[in-house]
Amino acid sequence: MDKTKGLMEILRHKRVAAVIRFGGLFGLALAVFAMVLLVFGQNPFRAYADIFRATLGSSHGFSEVLVKMIPLVLTALAVAIPSRIWLINVGGEGQLFIGALFATWGAVNFTHLPAWLMLPWICFLGFLGGGLWASISGFMRAKGWASETISTLLMNYVAILLVSFFVFGPWKDPESANYPQSAPFPDAAILPSLLDSRIHLGALIAIAGLLLFYFVMTRTRWGLEMRAMGINQEAARRNGVSTNRYILLLMFIGGGMAGLAGMGEVSAIHGQLRPSLSPGLGYMGFLISWITMGSPLGIVAAAFLISIITAGGDILQMTHRIPAAAIHILMALVLFVVLARSTGKKGGK
Amino acid sequence: MSELLLVSIMIGAIQSGTPLLYATLSETIGERVGIINLGLEGIMLIGAVVGFVITVLTGNAALGVVAAALAGALFNMIFAFLVITRRANQLACGLALMFCGVGLSALIGAPFIGRQIEGLNAIKIPVFSDLPFFGRAFFQHDILVYLAIPTAVVIWWFLFKTRWGLSLRAVGENPTAAFAAGKNPYLLQYQVLFISGLLGGIAGAHLSLALAHNWAEWMTAGRGFFAVALVIFAKWHPLRAIAGALLFGGAISLQLQMQARGVPVSSFILDMLPYVLSLTVLVIWGRTSRSAVPGSLGRVFQGTE
Repeated sequence: MDKTKGLMEILRHKRVAAVIRFGGLFGLALAVFAMVLLVFGQNPFRAYADIFRATLGSSHGFSEVLVKMIPLVLTALAVAIPSRIWLINVGGEGQLFIGALFATWGAVNFTHLPAWLMLPWICFLGFLGGGLWASISGFMRAKGWASETISTLLMNYVAILLVSFFVFGPWKDPESANYPQSAPFPDAAILPSLLDSRIHLGALIAIAGLLLFYFVMTRTRWGLEMRAMGINQEAARRNGVSTNRYILLLMFIGGGMAGLAGMGEVSAIHGQLRPSLSPGLGYMGFLISWITMGSPLGIVAAAFLISIITAGGDILQMTHRIPAAAIHILMALVLFVVLARSTGKKGGK
Repeated sequence: MSELLLVSIMIGAIQSGTPLLYATLSETIGERVGIINLGLEGIMLIGAVVGFVITVLTGNAALGVVAAALAGALFNMIFAFLVITRRANQLACGLALMFCGVGLSALIGAPFIGRQIEGLNAIKIPVFSDLPFFGRAFFQHDILVYLAIPTAVVIWWFLFKTRWGLSLRAVGENPTAAFAAGKNPYLLQYQVLFISGLLGGIAGAHLSLALAHNWAEWMTAGRGFFAVALVIFAKWHPLRAIAGALLFGGAISLQLQMQARGVPVSSFILDMLPYVLSLTVLVIWGRTSRSAVPGSLGRVFQGTE
């Protein structure tokens, strides 16, 4: 008797209820995707079993899931931070590429730096690159020229082309035969790995970013001003809050987070700049931030989930011979069910 | 500039401009009824792949185009359900639709990668196609090119000269007022998004059947987003969209011609041209055309309980 009562109380707890609800929605998305797989002649149970075995079934698989989470948390922050004042940053992908571009420039041109100098240096450059790229859109928005949604989207394509230009052209490593890639990073510029796995220093950066984000939003005057602005820009402006300054600043910081993700990928995972740097990490970050409405714990949970899904995409390509892009369907379905749930939200623009 | 080059650029501008025009018309009518759809990219991909697959299977390109249009419309109904019935955020739903389109089209198209087809053939207009210069530039295109401008005119007529068009524009400006005047905003928005999906599907079909003659993953390469910028350039007007689509088509065509002729600029830099042009258009026209934005664009109609 007491046991069931206790259980009911746990179930009624807000967080737990949210987790259960989200689990139900995720199950629905999985079921629909299973039907899609079935239509295309795949066995969905085998597919899901394969994905499960390769991600959660071994400590190596699990650590790889965590490795994939690092850029996702950072690109989710890139979206969540500007979204505090209702800026919609869809440019995480481009900001990630530019961050990687800047970090690569720093790493391959200053090879003599010792690691204790090199690592902060490429972190700074990655942040700066992503931040500046996002600031262009922030500037256009602050000036009232163009919506940041569409400008960040278009700039993704420009950023990817810019990286291709450098690695196919001036930065191409002469020793890499025909592969379009930059010279390899010097050892000092490789983010050290943790726990004897591929999990790298970027994980700590991502955690620090999350904590700082949470702290600033809930415990400081800036957070309060931003929340006020998010609710009513006009009222905030009349109370002496400079909207334009916040637009520029938050776009810069957001872009910087994506830039750090790019720096982490190029330094710790690839070791040199390649055009295939990201399988849409920026877009996945957008999705994560959106379905969690920017809650820090939610970002971690959703990044974990999306990380498994993307790993699943690679597995499906290898074992079931269906294109890796097909996993986008599952991601879209997750987003669909979450979006369909939030009905009639006030002031929903 | 030689005459041959000029003709090549003209042909390219018209060819590349055609899917952009259909896409821009698709986005225009959607935004006129108050709904911004970033999922157009996904709709075009579905149209491109379905058009291609049906053409391969049946050998009939006309059937491919019809199937592409219907597939685009049905696909857009997912978006319609989310933003109209479930009142979800339009930008997020649009992006989700884009993802879904990317994935689904990749899955459908995978067995057909590398196949080349004839697709839509050029139809020579008798007499006119023999004219020097103009003949080749204007009168030797496929059927979708010839139909593009009439489609724009028909949409303009519907929007501005019919009662239905007036109602839908009223919903786009102020759904509550339109509701009070006896219109059904939900029904109108569903109808418009269905037509918008048809046009988006046709835009995609032109890409795979007439321009590329093959299927490749994510072959739209951002054209759905160009269309969103073009709507602003066209000030939400179907006839101005023609000029915009030609301008963009010209930029794409010029870039392709420069690459083909070995201009000593990296192809990656040349490829940026349409994106940079889109951004420029946004900056220049985004400011001046604000008065033309449909009043309730992007807002969620809360109903009138």
